[in-house]
Amino acid sequence: MPPEPVLSLAFAIVAGLVLGGSVAAVSCRNRVHAGLFLAVALVGLALVFLRMGAEFLGFIQILVYVGAVAVLIVFAILLTRGSDSAHERRSNAPGIGIGLAVLLWGVLAWGILHRSPGAIATPSPPPSMAVRDLGERLLREELLPLQTVGLLLTAALIGAALIALPEPGISPRPSGSHGSAGTETPPSSPT
Amino acid sequence: MSAATLHLLLAAAMFCIGLAGALCRRNAILVLIGIELMLNAANLNFLTFWKYGPQPQPLDGPVFVLFSVAIAAAEAAVGLALIIAIHRRYRTTQLEEISRLRG
Repeated sequence: MPPEPVLSLAFAIVAGLVLGGSVAAVSCRNRVHAGLFLAVALVGLALVFLRMGAEFLGFIQILVYVGAVAVLIVFAILLTRGSDSAHERRSNAPGIGIGLAVLLWGVLAWGILHRSPGAIATPSPPPSMAVRDLGERLLREELLPLQTVGLLLTAALIGAALIALPEPGISPRPSGSHGSAGTETPPSSPT
Repeated sequence: MSAATLHLLLAAAMFCIGLAGALCRRNAILVLIGIELMLNAANLNFLTFWKYGPQPQPLDGPVFVLFSVAIAAAEAAVGLALIIAIHRRYRTTQLEEISRLRG
């Protein structure tokens, strides 16, 4: 174990950022605020990744999730805001969903706390991640999955643009293709 | 309580918050936000088991997370394009009002 205490102040801060951002993102009534709180939670998760020694993934998290996905969600919220009421109506029975989630967390926490003691032991050399090793692994052993993901991203790019294109004769609003611009950017960023 | 336990509890809490959001909210985009939270919790679990796992295969966890992030980005793009197309046709993103396929 590293000499720092397990529950350090830094971990408490980033965990609070993640949990607070997540709770606010799913409970905020204003949709734009919910999207922005999602970005806060994702930044907190990127900080968790950075603390774990996965620097490359932390920066990928900020680039792809905060920079593309969260911004795309905020764009979609703004584009679809006009017709609905400004504030969303509450669910009929939110207690069922919340109760299910709390129950699931209880089961998971019980399982995590009561696992067999040797199930997770910190390995003697803590694993480290060099970007050079990651690149060699991706381009040697994982070459076919990497190419497949590239194909998937291309298909998603074309499909998202096609789906969001305005169909002729349906759109009652005369302003044209305002939906496809935002959806085209994010798939290209992780490649 | 070890660091691995803390990270696993954090990931479980994040997953359950996302699940509650996906089950309770009635707006399609907010359901998508809950799904994104669940995907990120899974990524945190991958990294936790890579960092604190018993037999660390070098770089297994990060490779999983990289592919998961790429697929989640594609999923978000297609999902939001679908929501925009539905909004253009039905003028709403409230899930219970989009019931044309109900038998």
